[in-house]
Amino acid sequence: MSSAFKSLREMKMYRENFQTELIRIGIDSIPIVSLAAAFSGAVTTVQTAYQLVSPLIPPKIIGAVVVPSLTMELAAVVTGFILSGRVGARIAAELGTMRVSEQIDAIEAMGLNSVGFLIVPRVLAGIVMVPVLYITACLVGTFGGILAAELTGVVTAGEFLQGAREHFDNFGPYFGLIKAFVFGFLITAVSCYIGYYTHGGADGVGRSTTRAAVMSCVLILIADLVLAVLLL
Amino acid sequence: MIQIEHVYKSFSGRTVLHDVSLEISEGCTQAIIGQSGSGKSVLMKHLIGLLRPDRGRILVNQVDIGQINYSELREVRQQFGVLFQGGALFDSMSAFDNVAFPLRTFTRKTDQEIQLEVQKCLDLVQLSNIGLKNPDELSGGMRKRVALARAIALRPRYILYDEPTSGLDPETSNAINQLIKGLADRLDITSVVITHDMHSVLSIADHVAFIHNSRMHWNGSVDELQDSDDEILRSFITANEYRIGPSSSS
Repeated sequence: MSSAFKSLREMKMYRENFQTELIRIGIDSIPIVSLAAAFSGAVTTVQTAYQLVSPLIPPKIIGAVVVPSLTMELAAVVTGFILSGRVGARIAAELGTMRVSEQIDAIEAMGLNSVGFLIVPRVLAGIVMVPVLYITACLVGTFGGILAAELTGVVTAGEFLQGAREHFDNFGPYFGLIKAFVFGFLITAVSCYIGYYTHGGADGVGRSTTRAAVMSCVLILIADLVLAVLLL
Repeated sequence: MIQIEHVYKSFSGRTVLHDVSLEISEGCTQAIIGQSGSGKSVLMKHLIGLLRPDRGRILVNQVDIGQINYSELREVRQQFGVLFQGGALFDSMSAFDNVAFPLRTFTRKTDQEIQLEVQKCLDLVQLSNIGLKNPDELSGGMRKRVALARAIALRPRYILYDEPTSGLDPETSNAINQLIKGLADRLDITSVVITHDMHSVLSIADHVAFIHNSRMHWNGSVDELQDSDDEILRSFITANEYRIGPSSSS
C-alpha cells in the first residue's frame, strides 16, 4: 500500500515534468517554427511561380505545388531541423550538465528512477508536441505562401486555394503527421541519450550539445527518406 | 550495518578497487581516507548501488544490494542521504525546493507540513533565511549545507559525505565538520565520510579506513590511527599536516 502511494506521488512528479516539457518543447517553439514555416511557404510560392508559370500553365498550379510540398515535406522537415537545434541541443546540455554535476546521481541516490523522471517526460512531450508544431507549420506556411502570392501578384489567394483544393491528396497530411511523430521521437530520444551519458565536464557538455543537434538532423534526413520509400 | 566484502572494480582495464573489505557499524562515523584518485568516491557509489562491483558484494542490513531488483534497490537507497562533492543541487529549483523535493516525492505531507519540515532542516544546517535563493546565488559552503539539509530531509539511517570540506576555506570547513558531528549525534545517523582532509577526520570520525593503491591498506579507530606506525599511513597524515599546518592538526 505504502509503495503504491509512493508510486502515485512519483507519478505526480513525472506528470508535472511532462507538462513542463510540453510547454518548453511545444508552446515555446511556436514562434520560431511559425517564422520558418511562413518564409518556407513564401519562398516556395515565389520560386514555383518563377519555374512553372507560363501562358500554357494556369497560375492556380502554384497552390497545387506549394501546399503538398508543405504538408508532405517542408513543414515536417523544417520543424524537425529547428527543433534539433532548439530542443535537442537544450535537452543534451541540460541532462549533460546534470550528469557532470552529479545531479542525476543525486536523483538515483534518493531512490527515484532518473530515466523515468528525466527522459520519459521529454520523449513523450516530443512525440506529442512535434505533430502539433507540424500542423502549425502547415497552416502558417500556407498562409505565408498566399501572402507572398498576393504581394508579388503571381496569383490571387482564390486561385492559390483553388489549385490546392483541386490537387489535394488526402494522404499528404497523414504522411506529414507520421513524419512529425517519428521526428519528435528521434530528436528527444537521441538528445536525451547523448545528454544522459555525457562525461568529461564542461567540455563534455559542449560536445554532447553539438552531437545531439547534428545527430538529430542526420537522423531526420535518413528517417525522411526511409518513410518516403516505405509509405509512398 | 553496512558490509563491504572483497569488492573489486576496474574501469577500462584500470583497477580502482582491489579486494576492499570494510564493516561499518550502526551509529558510528566512519571516515574513508586516501589520496585523490584512490577509489574512495567509487567505493561510496557502490554503497548505494550507483556502481556495481566486478566481484564481491555490498550488504546493507544483511541485504546484498547486488542481488536485488531495481525496485528493491530504490527502497534501500531511501535509507540513505548523500552529500555529493559539489552539492549536486538541482539548478532549476530554489534552495527551499531542493530540500522540499524528497519530501514532496516520497511523503504524503501537506504543503504546510513540508514548509515546516524544510525550515527545520535549514535551521539544522544553520541556514534559516536562504530558502528562496537559487543554487547559483549561494557560496560553496552554503551549497553544501543546503545539500546536507536535503540529504537529511527524510531522516535517513545513513548519510554518505563525499569530500564534504573540499574547496572550502578552513573556517567553513570547521563549520561543516561541526555540522556533521552534530547531526550524527542529534539524529543518531550512521555517517560515512569520504575525505582526504585529516583535520576533518580527526574532528568527526570514530573509525578510519585508509585506501592506498586501490587496496584497503589500514583500518582502525581514530586513536589507533594516531598511534599507528604504518609508514604509508604516516606519510599520508604527515603530508596533510604539512598542508594544513601542524598547529591545526594537533
